Amino acid sequence: MESERQQAPRECSPAPGQRAREAGEPAASPAQIEARGLAYARGGRAIFRDVSCRFPRGRISVVAAASGGGKTTLLRMIACLIRPDRGEIHVDGAGELVRMSDAEVRAFRRRVGMLFQFGALLDTLSVYENVALPLREHSRLSEVEIAAEVRRVFEAVGLEGVDDLLPGELSGGMVKRAGLARALIERPDILLCDEPFSGLDPPTVRRVEDLLLRVNERVGATMIITSHHTESTLRIADHLVMLLEGEAVEGAPLELVHGGDERVVDFFREPEAAPRGVGAR
Amino acid sequence: MSPTGAVSALGAWTLGAVRDLGRFSVFSAAVANAGRRPPLRLRRLVDEIYDTGVLSLLIVCVSGFAVGMVLALQGHNTLSRFGADAQLGAVVGLALIRELGPVLTSLLVAGRAGSAMAAEIATMVVTEQLDGLRMMSVDPLDFVVAPKAFAMILSMPLLSTLFVLFGIFGGYAIGVVVLGGDGGTYMSSLEDAVEFSEDVLGGLVKGTVFGVLVGFVATYRGFTATPTSAGVSAAATSTVVIASVATLIVDYFITALWGV
Amino acid sequence: MREEPRRDFWVGSFVLLGLAGVAYLSLSVGGVSYRGPGGLELVANFDEVGSLKNRAKVVIDGVKVGQVKSIELGKDFRARVVLDVDGRLALPSDTSASILTAGVLGDQYIALEPGGDTDVLKSGDSVQFTQSAVILERLIGKLIQNLGSGDSKGSKK
Repeated sequence: MESERQQAPRECSPAPGQRAREAGEPAASPAQIEARGLAYARGGRAIFRDVSCRFPRGRISVVAAASGGGKTTLLRMIACLIRPDRGEIHVDGAGELVRMSDAEVRAFRRRVGMLFQFGALLDTLSVYENVALPLREHSRLSEVEIAAEVRRVFEAVGLEGVDDLLPGELSGGMVKRAGLARALIERPDILLCDEPFSGLDPPTVRRVEDLLLRVNERVGATMIITSHHTESTLRIADHLVMLLEGEAVEGAPLELVHGGDERVVDFFREPEAAPRGVGAR
Repeated sequence: MSPTGAVSALGAWTLGAVRDLGRFSVFSAAVANAGRRPPLRLRRLVDEIYDTGVLSLLIVCVSGFAVGMVLALQGHNTLSRFGADAQLGAVVGLALIRELGPVLTSLLVAGRAGSAMAAEIATMVVTEQLDGLRMMSVDPLDFVVAPKAFAMILSMPLLSTLFVLFGIFGGYAIGVVVLGGDGGTYMSSLEDAVEFSEDVLGGLVKGTVFGVLVGFVATYRGFTATPTSAGVSAAATSTVVIASVATLIVDYFITALWGV
Repeated sequence: MREEPRRDFWVGSFVLLGLAGVAYLSLSVGGVSYRGPGGLELVANFDEVGSLKNRAKVVIDGVKVGQVKSIELGKDFRARVVLDVDGRLALPSDTSASILTAGVLGDQYIALEPGGDTDVLKSGDSVQFTQSAVILERLIGKLIQNLGSGDSKGSKK
C-alpha cells in the first residue's frame, strides 16, 4: 500500500518536525478512532478527568504525557483491556468500544495489533512459534503458508536468524522487532505500540523510528504510539496528543510544540544547561 | 486496636474472604469450561504434565521411601509389644494407601509444583504476556491456565500411587531387610488387609480431589496476582499455604464420607 | 521441535508407571479380582454371625474359594448368609459351614467342610449344617458361671 507522502532521504535524519512538513497535507484526516469524555480514577487519584481526542486514519499518532500521566492507560482502553469509568471510544467501522460485549471485543481485536513495552512474547515458546501463534490459532493456513507469512513479517521488521531462539535470548531491539512482527502478522488496520523506544540505546532508537515509519508506509495502518521520548515523537508523529492534568490537548506536532499551550512547550523544551564536562577542568 | 475496631476489621476480612471464594469459584468454573472445549491443547497438556508430574518424581519417590521406612520402624516398635509383628505390612500399607500417600504427596507437590505454577502465571501477568494473548484474541484461561490445572489433576493421583509404592518398598527395606521380618509375611499381611474399594479407591479419590484443589488454587493465585515482583512471590507462598491447609481439611471430610 | 520427543517419552513413562502402580495396588494388593470364579450361590443360616462382613472370604481347608455375598435377617430371625462360591466345585449336600476367626483379634470368615454325600449342592441350595460364630464375651461369661458353680455358696451374687 503506497502512501502519497514524499520520502525524506534516509541518510540524513529529518530535523524535528520536518516529517510533518514533508507530509504536505493537513493532519486532519478522517478520524478512525475517537475518544470522548473519558474519565478514570484509581486509588483515589483521577488519571483521566475528561479526555477527548481523535486519531486520524492511517497516520502515526503519538500520545505523550509525563510518567504516570495515563499514556499506557489510554492505549489499553483502546485495546479494550480496561474500561473507563465514564466516556466513549468510537472506532470507525467497528462501533463503540466501551459498551462492547466480549464477543464483539474479540472480533475487534482481530483488526488490532499491539506491541507491548517489553514485547510480551510467551517466554516458553520460540520466536517463530510466538509470531506464528495468531495464525495457528485463527486461520486454517497450512504450516507452509504460515511459514511464508512469518517470513514476510520478519522481512518487514528486519529480523532474521532468530527462529529458534527464546525471547529471553534476544536483545532489547530484537524483542521489539519480534513483538512488532507478531502484531503485524494478521494484517491489522490499527497498530498500538506501548513505549517502543524505552530501554533502547540511541542508535537502536533511530532504527526503531525508521522501522515504524516504514511499517506505516507499507501497511498503512492507523498507528498509536505512546512515548515520552520527545525527539522520537517529533520525528515520526503526524498527530500529537498530550495528556495533561487529566485532559487531552491535541494537534499537529509542530504547532503544539512551538506555540499554544505552555505546558506542552515546557514538556518538549530542549535542556538548557550545557552538558557536564564541557568547559574548564 | 479497640474492641469495636477489631470486630469491624474481622467483619471486613470475612466479607473479603467470602468475595474471594466467590471469585475463585467463578474462575474455576471458567477454567473447567475452557478445558472441556476444543481445541484440547494436548501438546501443552503434555508439557505441563512434564513440569508438574515428571519433575516431582524425585521428591515424591524419595519422600515416600523415607516415610515407609519410618512407618516400619515405628510400627515395629508398637506391634512387637502385642506380638503382632506379622501385621507390619498391613500397618505400613494401610497407613500409606489411605492417608499418608495422598496427603503427603499433595503437600509436597503443592510446595514444589504448585508454587512454581502460581509463580509462572503471576510472572506472565507482570510481563503482560497474558494481555498479549488477549490482544491476539486467545483466551489465557484456555491457552495457559487450563492445561496447567488439568495437568495437576492428572498427575496428583499418579504421584500419590508412586509415593505409596515407594513407601511400601521402604517399609520392606526396614521391616524385612534390617529388622529381620519375613518378606512373605510382610506382603501377605499387606494383601490381606488392603481392600480395593475401601482403601485403594479411597486413596485415589483423595489424590484426584487434592489434585483439583492444588491445581485450581495455584492457577487462581497466579492469575489474580498483583503485577509486581512482590505479587509474584505472594502468589507462590499463598498457594502453598492455602493448598496445604485445604488439603488437610478436605482430607478429613473425604475420610469421614468415604468410610460411611 | 527442540526436545519434544524426549519430553513426550518421560511424560508417557510417568503416566504408564503411575497407572501400573494403580493396577498393582488394585489387583494384586487390594484383591479387586476375586472376580475369579464364582457362580455357585449357597445359603447358610446361623444363630450368630458375630462380626462377619460382606466379602469376607469363604475357605475350604484354608484355601479361598469364594466370598460372602450378603448377610440379612431371615424369616425365622436367624441370620441368612448368602455365599458366592467357585461354580466348578462339587460340594456334597452334607457340607457344613462354620464361622471362624483369623487369629485372636482377626476378621471372621466362613470355613466349609465338605461331607461325604453323593448328592451335590446346586446354586440356591441351603447348607444344612452350620456352626455359629463364637462370641468371646459369652465364652468368658460361661467360664465364669462354671467356675462360680464349682465354688461353694456365697460367691454367686
